[in-house]
Amino acid sequence: MTNATRTVQFKIYRYDPDQDAKPYMQDIEIEIDSTDRKLLDAMVKLKAKDDSIAFRRSCREGVCGSDAMNINGKNGLACLTAMDSFPAGKPIVLRPLPGLPVIRDLIVDMTQFFKQYNSIKPYLINNDPPPERERLQSPEDREELNGLYECILCACCSTSCPSFWWNPDKFVGPAGLLAAYRFIADTRDQATSERLDNLEDPYRLFRCHTIMNCVDVCPKGLNPTKAIGKIKEMMVRRAV
Amino acid sequence: MNRLVVGAHYGLKDWLAQRITAIVMAVYTLIIFAATLGGATASREAWHAFMAHGFIRFITFLFIVSLCYHAWVGIRDIWMDYIKPAAIRVTLHVLTLLALVGYAGWATQIIWRL
Repeated sequence: MTNATRTVQFKIYRYDPDQDAKPYMQDIEIEIDSTDRKLLDAMVKLKAKDDSIAFRRSCREGVCGSDAMNINGKNGLACLTAMDSFPAGKPIVLRPLPGLPVIRDLIVDMTQFFKQYNSIKPYLINNDPPPERERLQSPEDREELNGLYECILCACCSTSCPSFWWNPDKFVGPAGLLAAYRFIADTRDQATSERLDNLEDPYRLFRCHTIMNCVDVCPKGLNPTKAIGKIKEMMVRRAV
Repeated sequence: MNRLVVGAHYGLKDWLAQRITAIVMAVYTLIIFAATLGGATASREAWHAFMAHGFIRFITFLFIVSLCYHAWVGIRDIWMDYIKPAAIRVTLHVLTLLALVGYAGWATQIIWRL
């Protein structure tokens, strides 16, 4: 196996509120080899070269959602982005997720994002006494949850959504609405009507103007726009 | 106290109306396009006779009402996104509504004057 090294240039958003008056872009170069397959591998080398660079990462395999960032202008996970996918000779531009307050460098404050997620009550509501073993679903009913439960809450979608940029305090955002539909669609949940009531609001749900940036960036290939459409469809069915 | 409040419990009707009015306007546009190809606007006399037809007046009126409702939802959305102080926003909402109702009345008068 060949292990040829090559030089890769990075432009990285740097901001340390304790030291910097305002953010700036840092140019930095590193040598990578063929074992550095994903962007995160290269970033670990970057961190070894300049340990003042701050970013979050954990599982390094697209499950934890920690290393979401803006990569060459598009949100994604560093651990799922292949180094081969970058055009050769051009610097890779890394910025924090847009629209959220920056804590330091590529680390953003996700409080607002999780506040919206919590607001849709992301847990099963069922007041019946729990059965001895488990609450059962038919395979068809379970099928409906596919494409909804896989969300890892990395915030790539919500922070690429212009409606969320304008109203992060009022619009639930694509991640929250996908999770909302996950429980609305769940046959074991008994709070469907309350959940729809909670979302029937010009800001919470109807700020979605089907821009579909969320679908474009989701690293898990999920479709929040479709879930939002289904919530609206259920509201129409309930009203007419 | 300045707490954030959401939960107005409306929006479905407007969202649905925006889609329905869009369909009405699209169908009207197709009818007018077809009539133009058929020579309905070849001369002023032909156009005048076309617009004097009861059915055309009826659908033109529907088009104008749809346009105004559609514009109301869209413009309100813009005010809601960009204008944060409630007093300024409600003033802009009212001015928008008044202007659109005025336009609808004026346009209707023009159609029936032809």
